[in-house]
Amino acid sequence: MSFFNRMFGNKRSAESAKERLQLVLVHDRTDLTPAELEALKDDLLKAISRHIEIDPEAVQIGLERDGREQRLVADIPLRSVARRRAG
Amino acid sequence: MTAKVVTITSGKGGVGKTTAVANLATALAADGQKVVCIDGDIGLRNLDIVLGLENRIVYDVVDVIEGRCRLRQAMIRDKHFENLFLIPAAQTRDKNAVSPSDMVRVCDELRPDHDFILIDSPAGIERGFRNSIAAADKVLVVTNPEVSAVRDADRVVGILEAEEKYAPALILNRLNPAMVKSHDMLSAADVLDLLAIQLIGVVPEDESVIVGSNRGAPVALEPKSRAGQAFRNIAKRLQGQEVPFLDLDKQDGLWGRLQRLTGGRK
Repeated sequence: MSFFNRMFGNKRSAESAKERLQLVLVHDRTDLTPAELEALKDDLLKAISRHIEIDPEAVQIGLERDGREQRLVADIPLRSVARRRAG
Repeated sequence: MTAKVVTITSGKGGVGKTTAVANLATALAADGQKVVCIDGDIGLRNLDIVLGLENRIVYDVVDVIEGRCRLRQAMIRDKHFENLFLIPAAQTRDKNAVSPSDMVRVCDELRPDHDFILIDSPAGIERGFRNSIAAADKVLVVTNPEVSAVRDADRVVGILEAEEKYAPALILNRLNPAMVKSHDMLSAADVLDLLAIQLIGVVPEDESVIVGSNRGAPVALEPKSRAGQAFRNIAKRLQGQEVPFLDLDKQDGLWGRLQRLTGGRK
């Protein structure tokens, strides 16, 4: 991206094209709409919360591409035992 | 001699499948290979006109399949090369006149006498596409550096990979190096990163392609055409030769990276 575009926060169209395609291809390949992915995340968090206390604000769950393979990657920080006891 | 069956497909229409078939067939024939192309777009015949053979058609592929003529009678010899033939699509029938096993039978009959059988697939992922890939040893997916074409190419690659037998490779057609340079077109590296399949060629946007179609003389015959050179290189790669990718935008950074990615430069 050129200096001027960065200055004015104006993304070149090729970059938009690539970012939009990255997102849409992940959903096309997994046959999972963004809404279905949100529902999956909610279910996942509910299930985990039944067993262990988690920090819902810090949870990151998303689909990632690795070549032609997709994976569901979840980073779910747990609340420490000390904090749970103190709380 | 046992021919390699190569199907050219794309998902999206209008990305240059037929032009690619005409040019690859011409380039392979110019290299001395014995080639037959089959127009798989039943009902929408057009490979004949791009090759300049539209006035010579008597029988078509449906006539062969339904036994109204022998295979030899439906094979039209090219104007430029006596080792290049076309089997045209039927114009007045629909795609249901052909089944995947019909295509396999026709290709099996052609294999012993040819080096390459090129099949021009129709757009879409339905019956005509299924027919066209049924006999394929290799599938070339044509796309343009444009969001809808890349998305459709990804769907096709997904279908081909699910069947685990086609080894799809990508032809990126109509790349405009000046637009890539100004970051207003997806680069070859971008498209490869998105689709994550093997690259067999990048064809620059080139007005001579349309001039060639107008005349019924594919640009692969034009020594000075950049697109013609790109198609000649793809034809060499289909024959198993290692040919470096064209330096389209003279930016060694991108192309160096691309060539390393695809094993073109060590």
